[in-house]
Amino acid sequence: MKILFPFFMVIALILLVIAGVSGAKMHFLFGVVIPYAALFLFVIGVIYRVTKWAKSPSPFCIPTTCGQQKSLPWIKQNKLENPSSTAGVIGRMALDVLLFRSLFRNQKGELRDGSRFIYGSDKWLWLAGIVFHYTFLIVLLRHIRFFTQTEPFYLHFLETFDGFLEIGIPKLFMTGAILLAAAAYLLLRRFYIPQVRYISLPADYFPLFLIIGIATTGILMRYFLKTDIVAVKELTMGLVTFAPVIPDGIGALFYIHLFLVSALFAYFPFSKLVHMGGIFMSPTRNMTGNSREFYHANPWNYPVKVHTYEEYEEEFRDKMKMAEIPVEKEPIK
Amino acid sequence: MGKFIKKPNDLMQIDYKSPQTDWMDTPADIREHMYLHPTKAKELGAVDFPNIHEWKPADKNWNLPENWKEIVLNGIKERLQKYRSFHVFMDICVRCGACADKCHFYLGTGDPKNMPVLRAELLRSVYRKYFTTGGKIFGKAAGARELTDDVIRELWFYYYQCTECRRCSVFCPYGIDQAEITIIGRELTNLLGLQPGWIGGPVANCFMKGNHLGLEPHTIKSNIEFMLDDIETITGIKIEPTFNRKGAEILFITPSGDLFGMPGVYTAMGYLMLFHELGLDYTWSTYASEGGNFGFFTSNEMAKRLYSKIYSEAKRLGVKWILGGECGHMWRLWHQYQNTWWGPPDFMEAPVSPITGTRFEHASSAKVVHIAEFTADLIKHGRLKLDPSRNDHLKVTWHDSCNTSRGMGIFEEPRYALKNVCNHFYEMPENTIREKTFCCGSGSGINASENMELRMRGGLPRANAVKHVHDIHGVNTLANMCAIDRASLQPLVDYWVPGVQVAGLHELVANALVMKGEKERTTDLRGEPLPQKSAQKSGGKEDAKDV
Repeated sequence: MKILFPFFMVIALILLVIAGVSGAKMHFLFGVVIPYAALFLFVIGVIYRVTKWAKSPSPFCIPTTCGQQKSLPWIKQNKLENPSSTAGVIGRMALDVLLFRSLFRNQKGELRDGSRFIYGSDKWLWLAGIVFHYTFLIVLLRHIRFFTQTEPFYLHFLETFDGFLEIGIPKLFMTGAILLAAAAYLLLRRFYIPQVRYISLPADYFPLFLIIGIATTGILMRYFLKTDIVAVKELTMGLVTFAPVIPDGIGALFYIHLFLVSALFAYFPFSKLVHMGGIFMSPTRNMTGNSREFYHANPWNYPVKVHTYEEYEEEFRDKMKMAEIPVEKEPIK
Repeated sequence: MGKFIKKPNDLMQIDYKSPQTDWMDTPADIREHMYLHPTKAKELGAVDFPNIHEWKPADKNWNLPENWKEIVLNGIKERLQKYRSFHVFMDICVRCGACADKCHFYLGTGDPKNMPVLRAELLRSVYRKYFTTGGKIFGKAAGARELTDDVIRELWFYYYQCTECRRCSVFCPYGIDQAEITIIGRELTNLLGLQPGWIGGPVANCFMKGNHLGLEPHTIKSNIEFMLDDIETITGIKIEPTFNRKGAEILFITPSGDLFGMPGVYTAMGYLMLFHELGLDYTWSTYASEGGNFGFFTSNEMAKRLYSKIYSEAKRLGVKWILGGECGHMWRLWHQYQNTWWGPPDFMEAPVSPITGTRFEHASSAKVVHIAEFTADLIKHGRLKLDPSRNDHLKVTWHDSCNTSRGMGIFEEPRYALKNVCNHFYEMPENTIREKTFCCGSGSGINASENMELRMRGGLPRANAVKHVHDIHGVNTLANMCAIDRASLQPLVDYWVPGVQVAGLHELVANALVMKGEKERTTDLRGEPLPQKSAQKSGGKEDAKDV
């Protein structure tokens, strides 16, 4: 149920396009209106989410410290894992955002022989995660070709690197296939690792099916079921120049691809995919660990009821006198 | 309730298989020895927790207040607006599962709801239902569920099976910290009057009498006088500390656990001997007589209330700065919360060691110095005469406490001191120390006796690592700097690794400390005979040797 529901959701989305484009001939809706609407939802949605988080303050300085603190001058501080400066925090965040440093720590804890715990290095999740995200990024960057008249400077470099295997015509880009493989791994581990399967929600499978759908239709179009690239570019250029056109000769496959991408963009801000923005806002990672050196203010700090020394002495004055502990006021004789 | 009688071998049979039913359809099995007993109104006295009432965890009906649902939902809403951590952590988890086998309670129980990700989902599912559009529309398909009294029971049960140790947060790719979520989950149950007594009682004591144990001023003094007698017997030196003395340079505050019960008192004896040897101008306070703060395990507000006395007492006595004893959560709070609650205490001065002249720049705003920082500095400057051979009968390993590790990062200071005061030091395996250290299983106020099975299970990964060095190197001493550790690790290792004793850092420092005018020592602080004397060594002139 948790798996089938999102799977059939994606199938339904695909059938919807086929019906809409091949049947009802609603090319303008699927080629122009929906992509615009999706992009709009994406931008507004992400801004909404991030500003909503930003409105909640960080009342306390609570980094998770993962290394030696700054203290005595002869003790070497771990400036990245327990930063005390903005530069250190930027370094720490960069490691996490760009290299998935925290996930790289991953290890598998296991009870062996029913008597001892073993913690073995386990980098597969890190590897699949980082490969998935970077290939996705490269694939996205390659698509810039469809949205500019002149090729951006990096495109040539990217494509040379991406296609260095020099296999086939058109040249095989590795990233598309690797993206698909990484997404498949992330999906399979949700099926096959019992604990991960137990915690997975439909919302975990849905984006994976969606992305697998997007990558598959993309690969199909590029290598197998040839698509009229010139016509596609006409359409995409029409979108970026706000002069939308629907050229003839674009097959349903392209519209499926475009619709799944639109679905992903529209879904993004309302799902766990906002972790892309959230990671920058995570207080356990983006704060400095030197909270004894610099005062951190809590904007909603409010007065509370306390038990003062005077009240304390009032209760215990006689006992304190008996025990020769100094008091503020002499007891009343 | 029957006595906890399960044997280690039985407890080791851990079933990691998930139930056949989905977690949302699997009600919590609230069974004895796994939970804390409720607090009673009379135990709380002057401390006013909301909706305190009669209820039993094992019962189906918890007599919740009539508008309990409204209380919880408003409570969530308010906290989403107050804490960015909570808000972000409710939204961004991708359920990758990296945190799952990092939790000592999951490793020790095999219960999937003890995977940090699922423990968080217990609350996230409610958040989605009432605070997100997707959850409102798609319900269960979006991972959302109704808030029912079964959900409250489940939240309560599992949020007291989390010690807020933050180990999951180290491994989470987004730094999601279950401690933050547990803290808020506990606040929500606290609003419904579901306060465990083991936490509520100490809070009430601490509020009225200054410390968790409820020691009154004269008792604090007499407890310390007992220690002074023992010190005199062992060293021949008579020590005369002061209490509530105005004009002292330093105010010393430590958890009250050090003043009462074994092995905490040996650590307190260590402080007394060290300060005497240094001729330190310091005072104890019977009012600010608690470094720990069980209020933190009930609500942020209560934690703040209990800590008003730290800076206010420093101000009343006119001290220049505050020295803090060995404690775990106390130091998380003194490092990350205290200054924000009640500071900055600009009536004091940036701490300077009167012995070495070292200025503790890193504590210049909050004016609180950790005693391991203070002692490491003394040793580095060669200001202590140490004879580590007096600890030769001890093979020592070091337990990093969760709070000081992942909420502060004090790793090298205690190790430096330890290596200078004992000759046989062995680290536990790398994946179980420093920022990856395992909890004692009893932190965050769950170190009671009625939940012993939970504690033994939660502490199993820690005990297992101790067993490793016990088997290989013959380690017989588990040193640490946390009062809850000292109290809770002893029953833990007695259960899992018999033959290991638990000791505070300053107990070992004081064993090795050669004091001016002391008589020939024949026993350590516990009255155990000292090993054969070897040549005396003056510490600090050279760095600790690697062992």
